[in-house]
Amino acid sequence: MNTTELEKTAGQEAPARTRKPQGASTGVQPIVRYEHVSKSFGDLEVLHDINLDIAPGEKVAMIGPSGSGKTTLGRMLMTLEEPSGGMITVDGEPLWHMKSKGRLVKANEAHLHRMRGKIGMVFQHFNLFPHMSVLRNVTIGPRKVLGVSTDEAHERAVTMLGKVGLGDKLDVYPSMLSGGQKQRVAIARALVMSPKIMVFDEVTSALDPELVGEVLEVIKEIASEGEMAMMLITHEMDFARDVADRVIFGAEGHIVEQGPPEQIFENPQSERLQSFLSRFRL
Amino acid sequence: MWNWDYAWSILPDLIAALKTTFWATFGGFIFAAIGGLMLALLGRSPIWIIRAINRLIIEFIRSTPLLVQLFFLYFYILPTMFPTAPTALVSGIIGLGLHYSTYMSEVYRSGIDAVPKGQWEAAKALNFPRSKTWTSIILPQALPPTLPVMGNYLIVIFKETPLLSAITLVEVLTTAKNAISVSYRPFEAYTLVGVIFLIISYMFSLLVRMMEIRLNREQSASSGTDSPSKPQSGGKARLNKEVKQQA
Repeated sequence: MNTTELEKTAGQEAPARTRKPQGASTGVQPIVRYEHVSKSFGDLEVLHDINLDIAPGEKVAMIGPSGSGKTTLGRMLMTLEEPSGGMITVDGEPLWHMKSKGRLVKANEAHLHRMRGKIGMVFQHFNLFPHMSVLRNVTIGPRKVLGVSTDEAHERAVTMLGKVGLGDKLDVYPSMLSGGQKQRVAIARALVMSPKIMVFDEVTSALDPELVGEVLEVIKEIASEGEMAMMLITHEMDFARDVADRVIFGAEGHIVEQGPPEQIFENPQSERLQSFLSRFRL
Repeated sequence: MWNWDYAWSILPDLIAALKTTFWATFGGFIFAAIGGLMLALLGRSPIWIIRAINRLIIEFIRSTPLLVQLFFLYFYILPTMFPTAPTALVSGIIGLGLHYSTYMSEVYRSGIDAVPKGQWEAAKALNFPRSKTWTSIILPQALPPTLPVMGNYLIVIFKETPLLSAITLVEVLTTAKNAISVSYRPFEAYTLVGVIFLIISYMFSLLVRMMEIRLNREQSASSGTDSPSKPQSGGKARLNKEVKQQA
């Protein structure tokens, strides 16, 4: 039912991108492209024929009711879930497929490893390494994966932790931090790997309400720096409006409507989005 | 009936033989700890055939008696494998180690299962290769909670060492039997063997208990308000159950 709607809304990307010049020119190769992507868990189809481009540096907010499949969309990009159908392309290369003897075959671990280097993710439940200090949580990626020297990893981590406002917590263990602080460490840990696209998967949903603000502030600041594309899966409508270049509304496994935040929030077209937003305007 | 003088006269020999018992215990334990870890990791292999073979080995070793395995190793396999047949002690260490590695692999498995799924996902998101995910992220979290169960297996192995008398190892029980063959007084000798095992097992178990208390304290301190890590507590409950089964 939504393919026509999709085509229609796809045309609305262009005005959205003009908000951020770096991703603006229409000829630019998207950093992420979903083509006819579907995902089923057993008999349950959570995503149905998704088509979506994200431009380099673009900040895309994904909103929608629980069970709309927006988290699955991000998890497939981080290679945590394999799509049931369709193709995801990252930076011009297929993510879950690779070329072998001129044919596209399922990607092997080496290919996935190479592709994952361009993608980062921050999780709802932080998933910090509890047996490591804050500093080591952030240095371990550069050291073990990027092969950076201990000194340089330390320097990068300290800079990054300073940026998220935790420069004084280097030697503390995650269990001693508040939820907001943990999530900021998780953001620093993901950022220090310099991904080209970062998935933020409901990063404030597990936080006490009074701690949400500090995390959103940090993300806003990162967003303002520009080069990294962001997929922000969120229930925070004000945040989506402030940060995103484009807002995508999904429900029941379809992209129902997308466009610049002003349009999505001030002038929603579909009934589904109108009723969804009305619940946030109580 | 009980003759103190005789008991005292054989005690020094029995205690001297403890040295061999300890060698067999610790040797077997270390073998089992390393072998068990390898079996646990193979059980997690992405290749199904490796998992199947691993399962087969574990089932086979568990379903046959340790004594039969010891005979088979000592009298047949090891002498045919090596130009100079390994001693009874080495054979005993290999036998005990092999046998208990299959049980230890299960302990490791439950420790590994207790690490929350989010840890694997975070490692993937940071692009950790599989090997480094194991060494840096999973095992450092999976192993400490298994230590008390490991300690219990040390006691179990210690108590199994008299079996090695069957493959001619001169440990405590063999020493007692030798004394009996001269004096025809089994009561004192076997009683002393029992008491020696009782005292040492009890001391070991106190150590394990202390370790457990310390670990519980550390865990409740570190997982206090941590992310909703329900799998962790579930895994701990599983581990504790296993301790009880063993005890």
